[in-house]
Amino acid sequence: MAWTWFHRLASPPHVYRTAERLTPWFAWSAAILIVAGLIGGLYLSPPDYQQGDGYRILYVHAPSAWLSLLVYTTMAVAGGIGLIWRMKVAHAVAASCAPIGASFTLAALVTGSLWGKPMWGTYWQWDPRLTSELILFFLYLGYMGLRAAFDDVQRSDRISAVLAVVGVINVPIIHYSVVWWNSLHQGPSVMYLGKPTMPPSMLVPLLIMFVGFTLFFAAVLLMRLRGEVLIRERAASWVREVVHS
Amino acid sequence: MDVYGDIPANWRDLVLRKYSGTEDPQEGMSDFTLKGENVHLWRGERHVLHGVHFSVAGGQCLQLTGPNGAGKTSLLRTVCGLSYPEEGHILWRGEDVRVDLPAFHAQLAYLGHEPPLKMELTARENLHYWVGVRRRLSGRELDGALERVGAQRWADRPVRTLSAGQKRRVALAGLTLMAVPLWLLDEPTTNLDAEGQRLVGRLIDEHLAEGGLAMAAVHHELIISSQGLRRLELRLE
Amino acid sequence: MNNLMAGEAERSFVSARISDTPSVFAVASLMLARDLRLAFRKASQLVQPLAFFALVTTLFPLAVTPELTQLRRIAPGVVWAAALLSSLLALEFLFRDDAQDGTLEQYALSGRSLTGLLAAKTAAHWLLTGLPLALMAPLAGVALGVQGAALPGILASVTVGTVTLSLIGAVGAALTLGVRRSGALLSLLTLPLSIPVLIFGARATQLAIRGQPYGAPLTLLAALAVFGITVSPLAAAAAVRINLE
Repeated sequence: MAWTWFHRLASPPHVYRTAERLTPWFAWSAAILIVAGLIGGLYLSPPDYQQGDGYRILYVHAPSAWLSLLVYTTMAVAGGIGLIWRMKVAHAVAASCAPIGASFTLAALVTGSLWGKPMWGTYWQWDPRLTSELILFFLYLGYMGLRAAFDDVQRSDRISAVLAVVGVINVPIIHYSVVWWNSLHQGPSVMYLGKPTMPPSMLVPLLIMFVGFTLFFAAVLLMRLRGEVLIRERAASWVREVVHS
Repeated sequence: MDVYGDIPANWRDLVLRKYSGTEDPQEGMSDFTLKGENVHLWRGERHVLHGVHFSVAGGQCLQLTGPNGAGKTSLLRTVCGLSYPEEGHILWRGEDVRVDLPAFHAQLAYLGHEPPLKMELTARENLHYWVGVRRRLSGRELDGALERVGAQRWADRPVRTLSAGQKRRVALAGLTLMAVPLWLLDEPTTNLDAEGQRLVGRLIDEHLAEGGLAMAAVHHELIISSQGLRRLELRLE
Repeated sequence: MNNLMAGEAERSFVSARISDTPSVFAVASLMLARDLRLAFRKASQLVQPLAFFALVTTLFPLAVTPELTQLRRIAPGVVWAAALLSSLLALEFLFRDDAQDGTLEQYALSGRSLTGLLAAKTAAHWLLTGLPLALMAPLAGVALGVQGAALPGILASVTVGTVTLSLIGAVGAALTLGVRRSGALLSLLTLPLSIPVLIFGARATQLAIRGQPYGAPLTLLAALAVFGITVSPLAAAAAVRINLE
């Protein structure tokens, strides 16, 4: 009984149609929340008493950094499901995740270094968060490189899933070793997410941005997933129906 | 292994008992069967195996024929569990091999296109390391196997210096040393002269006479005298 | 049933007796013996990473300064970067030969645990590349102006650190088995995962050079090695199986 549900979930036409139906919901709610968060963050919240208006890049930087991790985890979980249950759709999800996650990581790196200019007076500081983010970016590059190295989609799916699982186990180890390394070489870095110091007028727009970005990721993931499923199932008859209708 | 008391450490005996329900291994021999049911295999875009059915029992050899690309190698690799069939089952002694792959592997020997030999090691060293992972080998046994395939004269030369046919003979010696009921052979007679081809036939005959079974992909008919020869033709679709 | 008795008893599979199956340790030592013997028959593959290590170490005095007081300051970084790169150099051969001649297939079909067999292979790889590097590291230290008292610390940290490097490398080599000319991809996959080793290893070396206790980073290095031993052979075996499919 439980398995009919599982097989429906795994059936590509079902996934394609569900993704098609859900995309606008996620996309519109993401758009509304992000606009609301931006208005709240850029106009309504007060300037920081130390950093002035410079801190406002936080509203893009922090959600991007959060998503860079969330997407990697999603990718690893999807890959793991694909490995264990040989579920092809799960691999399609993992494949769709990689470029999205890499983009968020890149966004976090760029916004982080732009923010560094007013804060540290330099575009690059070996701050533990930025360094971890940079390593995460390399992990994404490695994952996408490995995926691209195989012609056979099934093998590429399964091999890269092993890498994603190994990677996700290592992400916390890498992060904490970088934090440990950093604590030896300089004083504690500026904490920009210190919750007690953040007034609600700053915190609320930030939380709205977090939710908005996450929904945005869901919408983009569903769109990419549809494309991915179409490419993978291009020999199937239902794809011909979809494409010609 | 006496520390384990009277628990037998041999998985082969355990497996025999588990499946045959008998303490006498010879009794259990008779129900060695290998079956393929509706085996489908895809390789990327290519549908390589289209619902293959086959059945081999103890004392029988299934000869796989068909043009290049018809899926002979793919079928052998699917049977031994290297490739995962999208549909269908491989049954060993009536049970799906996926349930306990290591136990199934312990009872089969697979010889691929290339003899799995190290160029830098001698024939004897190769067999020692290759078969030694599976079972303990005495020097006498090794000598016996090398003699059987006519390899004793060059057994201590590095494999690099051997001809392709000689390498094939070393691989055949390894096959007999494994002491397993199921042989899966991919083109076992490649690079062998007429005498070598008769040797392959003789080894398979003896294996079948012992109650073993074999599945072999071939281009040329196997030279075996046993009554147990069966044929399966794979076609290009 | 009469013909069953025809074959010589000792080569009949029916007669395979209880004492016939080698123990896990017997198999592991057989694998080790095999890999060591093979390696010594083509010794140039052994020597090359060591020569590379010496060469990289030589580049720094030439590029930076021959002054020992300054070299001593960068010695930890030099030793560890050189060790990381040299261990990378030997990785491509770890499984490649065995994959090409079908040996890996035989391992996967041997009925023995592939995880265990690959763990033994990784151990052999460490003995052949990691340990010699560790023995050479103090020499490099001397060349970079490190005092004699610090050399045991360098030896210990490189010894423990290279264990983890071999384990990470085994996963990378297994993942890229099916990839032709995998060198660049292999480094992209393994170097980010090696960063914690680099951090703790270089820190232990640095403390040793300064004459301070280096137990804490050395313990962390050992913890990484233990973690690697539990995870890496499993991941490598999964990747090898997928590449054999």
